[in-house]
Amino acid sequence: MAVLHTGKLESHLRARRDAGRKLLVPYITGGYLGWTDAVRAAAANGADAIEIGIPFSDPVMDGPMIQLASEQALERGATPLTILQELRSIDIDVPLAVMCYYNTVHSAGNERFSHSLAEAGVCAAIVPDLPLEEATEWCFAADGAGIETVMLAAPTAPEERLPRILQRCNGFVYAVGLLGVTGERDELASTATKLAARLKALTDVPVLIGVGVSNAAQAVEASTVADGVVMGASVMRRLIEHDADAVGEYVGEVRKALDAAVGVK
Amino acid sequence: MLTTPGADGRFGEFGGRFVPETLVPACQELEAAFHDAWNDTVFRTELNDLLRDYAGRPSILTECHNLGRKLGIRLILKREDLNHTGSHKINSVLGQVLLAKRMGKKRIVAETGAGQHGVASATAAALLGLGCKVYMGEVDVERQALNVFRMRLLGAEVVPAKSGSRTLKDAVNEAMRDWVATVEHTYYAIGSVMGPHPYPFMVRQFQSVIGTEARAQCRELLGTDPDFVTACVGGGSNAIGIFSGFVDTHARLIGVEPAGGAAVGRGVPGVVHGMRSYLMQDEYGQVQEAQSISAGLDYPGVGPEHSYLASIGRAEYPSVTDAEVIEGFQLLAKTEGIIPALECAHVVAWIAREAPNMQGKTVLMNLSGRGDKDVAQMMDILG
Ligand SMILES: Cc1ncc(COP(=O)(O)O)c(C=O)c1O
Repeated sequence: MAVLHTGKLESHLRARRDAGRKLLVPYITGGYLGWTDAVRAAAANGADAIEIGIPFSDPVMDGPMIQLASEQALERGATPLTILQELRSIDIDVPLAVMCYYNTVHSAGNERFSHSLAEAGVCAAIVPDLPLEEATEWCFAADGAGIETVMLAAPTAPEERLPRILQRCNGFVYAVGLLGVTGERDELASTATKLAARLKALTDVPVLIGVGVSNAAQAVEASTVADGVVMGASVMRRLIEHDADAVGEYVGEVRKALDAAVGVK
Repeated sequence: MLTTPGADGRFGEFGGRFVPETLVPACQELEAAFHDAWNDTVFRTELNDLLRDYAGRPSILTECHNLGRKLGIRLILKREDLNHTGSHKINSVLGQVLLAKRMGKKRIVAETGAGQHGVASATAAALLGLGCKVYMGEVDVERQALNVFRMRLLGAEVVPAKSGSRTLKDAVNEAMRDWVATVEHTYYAIGSVMGPHPYPFMVRQFQSVIGTEARAQCRELLGTDPDFVTACVGGGSNAIGIFSGFVDTHARLIGVEPAGGAAVGRGVPGVVHGMRSYLMQDEYGQVQEAQSISAGLDYPGVGPEHSYLASIGRAEYPSVTDAEVIEGFQLLAKTEGIIPALECAHVVAWIAREAPNMQGKTVLMNLSGRGDKDVAQMMDILG
């Protein structure tokens, strides 16, 4: 079994984790009004990496907030090309991962798409409707282009499945926090830390909980077991209802809470 | 015989299982459960009994002497419109809901376009004692109001899908989102030969009863196989059902698509709703909204096995316009006293248009549903 090389995103996240820091990865829908400012604000306020969503017409893993952001971004004329073009000139030193549904990749072609990510300075891709069994061709192209493939692991996975997912995963492991789609919830689901604990027992790759991590307190709770969190709907709500500054403030608030919990000054 | 997909769920290069990781174990469990049930005579007997005693199978053949004479062809209808609940959808739903029960699920979710699959799902859930929630595009909730009321009468909850084009494709998205959240106790009853493996294969097996019956019935009536076997194609379940009986004959297999939803005719391979198949999409892979007079065919994709049959040239997928469909709807009503579902009126329209090229030939048409649900909409259109 070939060992996957440790790419830029994973080295960066491992180094920070190993230094005792909990990882914070905000998600921002590319092409939404003010999104590049929001990316800069997140970077300036303590994001360890940023996940950029490429909007898709049929986002089956997303709840109402990210659906709305995607729809409006598409109405504004966003395409993978325009988003990657804008990313090139964004000039931040936080690593970027792209989140996109597989048809976006498929229509460009695995090779062409992975190279276009690399050219735009993107480190990794998260493709939520491309499970392990369908990922071979994409992974071959992504590996070739130096793009890390973040795999998702879900609470429904039987025991034997997780090691196989982990074997094919680099960047970080995306532990799906609950049974359901993206969106804010009142409480962190009990599935979140349970899954993170199962993954932590199997891998040294950073384990981040995403989907349903909705505020600073939940991020802290999730990070008692996981290496960190991905936060999407709560970030996008701030951009939709307010502006990029509100995103910066929010990311700063979560950063502070995570740092305080591990005793970083 | 149609092919059986392997573990990768492929028909040639089409199909597969492009679903969120959360759903992969559920699809695998379903694949195993279906395999087990399909090979279990107890399950098959139970299903066949329901198909006979509840749905009213076998459905009959009706020869259209008036319209056939007028068009210069021999036209025979397979009467799926006479099934309980008024369409072929009941064939698959009885199988799927029996399977859901066998798997210990408490609740089913379904998507619906015209409402026929929703009505069939609500019916089977009522009969077999499961909860039922049906997602339906907001546009379709309006144009198929009668079916919405029928579903509610049957005890189902109907939820309008308000995202995107607010038609069938968005109802599928909502049903999948529901399933991602409820997969432990919920069964997703997909309404056509689409979605992730094993659905396209499983729904085809349940619908193959149409083709099996029709083949035997045609041999009895005609002494041979028909020259053409025709059906409308939304996701493609009624078409694959009747094709399944004739793939190994000389019959030309014709799947009629709406001009505004011609996935095979105008699409290119893409991935959505768990499958790789022909799909109407833009240059960046955004799925386009279908435009069809018929809610049941208003879908930008098509089941993967149809993509495969098209790619190897075994079946053909022409399209007809809404205007032709309106004519076809009235033509069958006036000449034969049979009001077809708007979906099937697509096939009537194609047959009427192509009749000059089929003189003296025998044409079998799958009349997949009755037109009661469409009467109000046609009243608006015809004034
Ligand atoms: C009568 C009838 N025919 C056909 C269809 C289209 O589905 P399929 O292509 O799966 O047969 C529908 C869907 O609502 C329908 O109601």
